[in-house]
Amino acid sequence: MSSVAVAAANERRLTIARAMAEAIAQEMRIDHRVFVMGEDIGTLGGVFGNTRGLFDEFGAERVRDTPISETAFMGAATGAASDGMRPIVELMFVDFFGVCFDAIYNSMAKNAYFSGGTVKVPVVLMTSTGGGYSDGGQHSQCLYGTFAHLPGMKVVAPSNAYDAKGLMTAAIRDDNPVVYMYHKGLQGMGWLGTEPAATVHVPEESYTIPFGQAAIVREGRDVTIVSVAMGVHNALKAADLLAADGVSAEVVDLRTLVPLDRETVFASVSKTGRLIVVDEDYHSYGMTGEIIASIAERDLSVLKASPQRVAYPDIPIPFSRPMEQFALPSPEKIIEAYGKMKGRRGWRWM
Amino acid sequence: MYETMLVSRFFEEAIEAIYLEGKKPVFNMAKGPIPGEMHLSNGQEPCAVGVCAHLTASDVVTSTHRPHHAAIAKGVDLRKMAAEIFGKKTGLSGGRGGHMHIFDPDVNFSCSGIIAQGMGPAVGAALSRKMQGREGVAVSYIGEGAANQGAFHETLNLAALWKLPVIFVVEDNAWGISVAKSASTAIPNNALRAAAYGMPGHHVTGNDPIAIFAAAGEAIALARGGGGPSLIDIETDRLAGHFMGDAEAYRPKGELETLRSRDPIPAFANRLQSEDGLSEQDLGAIAERARSRVDDAIRFARESAYPEPEEALDKVFV
Repeated sequence: MSSVAVAAANERRLTIARAMAEAIAQEMRIDHRVFVMGEDIGTLGGVFGNTRGLFDEFGAERVRDTPISETAFMGAATGAASDGMRPIVELMFVDFFGVCFDAIYNSMAKNAYFSGGTVKVPVVLMTSTGGGYSDGGQHSQCLYGTFAHLPGMKVVAPSNAYDAKGLMTAAIRDDNPVVYMYHKGLQGMGWLGTEPAATVHVPEESYTIPFGQAAIVREGRDVTIVSVAMGVHNALKAADLLAADGVSAEVVDLRTLVPLDRETVFASVSKTGRLIVVDEDYHSYGMTGEIIASIAERDLSVLKASPQRVAYPDIPIPFSRPMEQFALPSPEKIIEAYGKMKGRRGWRWM
Repeated sequence: MYETMLVSRFFEEAIEAIYLEGKKPVFNMAKGPIPGEMHLSNGQEPCAVGVCAHLTASDVVTSTHRPHHAAIAKGVDLRKMAAEIFGKKTGLSGGRGGHMHIFDPDVNFSCSGIIAQGMGPAVGAALSRKMQGREGVAVSYIGEGAANQGAFHETLNLAALWKLPVIFVVEDNAWGISVAKSASTAIPNNALRAAAYGMPGHHVTGNDPIAIFAAAGEAIALARGGGGPSLIDIETDRLAGHFMGDAEAYRPKGELETLRSRDPIPAFANRLQSEDGLSEQDLGAIAERARSRVDDAIRFARESAYPEPEEALDKVFV
């Protein structure tokens, strides 16, 4: 069942934050090796709510507030994981990766390979992404491509609470490092502003969503719009607007960037002949280029028009509201991109 | 301990000789049976044996880019380690890691090519033992240069805060590649820094395995008893260059001769004779055993096959 169909059922609706916390709690109940550490994840329940309730249920031993020492606790997560534990570690904002990236990409991500597979590093690194609320250029980035580019990490980016829970459970049970990137604008935190469509029905029982399986969240015939996280919601809104003009858009939610479900994207583009990739991460050298290349490499002839991308300009994220909103992807920009494929200029072509 | 020091030294001497094969008259790091960077541990053996003599296979050790002596003292499989250094299929990781990435989970040993990178994992392993109620301590070897990294200060604080069974061992060989410790470090010895994190700091001079053994014994007993972390700062000597091919022009004239004159291995042998009554014959027999272990490991590595190139694509994920 697609997540959109689940949302329509309109029962037991959870935010992504609640869904993440529920998945973690359920795994902690059945596996004593699972524990959480990071900044403000204890009594506060996580700045973005994704560990709420865990401290009360499991206590300070398994839900550990850390000092502001990302290098130390990211390294510690690797060491604990290699010694038989299954740590979930939080990097409060993905933007903070700069102070601890060595521990992540050079150690956590590579130790399995360096050991010929004899050492496992089952860490879930959860981290918040995304802007749109004027938090400036060090608290608003996505950096999906940065993590997905480097080998040894699986990368997850849910767009809704149903997927968020299933992907978290799968991440905790995975024997490899998983970078779980949750978008702040989808968390259901009222004080941040939030996308209501991310809050959907979530079954109480535990379930997993396998990595590397994209979801077709809306079927269509004329154009394929591919994205993750917040971009999926922009794509769905664009699809509604396009439908009003008789254009049938298919929306693909990748759900995981590593592994990447190139098959589903190719099958969709083979059907529609047109491709738009939407990414709140930077334009160049990122997800948009990767998706387009995967089609171009395989069979250019499926394309009826040059693929388009709607991504963040290659600029640090500006603070000022009009400047930031100008730079973000939006449904209007997606429609404009479709217009370009049809040889029209501007999004008000309809 | 003496025998392990000899195994380590003979191993490094064998590696040194083989490393130079194919690299003369023109030195090219990419050539020969052992390509790449090579950081030898000659002179630093006391740091390895003095600490690891207290450890069992289940204790955890993380080491540095100069790892062979610590690996040998921890009991890493010598054949598989040699094969790994040669890039052979029979190596610890089938040739994917190389000399700076020695992983042997059977004895809980790992190392890394990045300065201070092993400190966090050692703290994490210690946390794991504490949380699981499993016996064991973690030892993190670093050089004196690593004590100026942020990771050093973050991990010491975290280990002390959580009272974890971890021992930080600084192998102070006085040189960070070409920069002397006096030009990089604001205090005379790194044991003083332990006070900043409320943990015992031992400063051991003389590159003396017995003195190191004594300090490590205290620190490890404290950790095993739930008393938390310690730092051991050891003044040691790097008898080789930073890496093979290092011209060492930065060393003051005569320094290397001085260091060689106080080589810890003959010094330890003399002590074993004068204080413990070992005969020349006894020492010869120990050397013989050490030599044959090294010869066997090197032969195994030489005779092993290279991996299939396509195996490079495996084991990114487990």
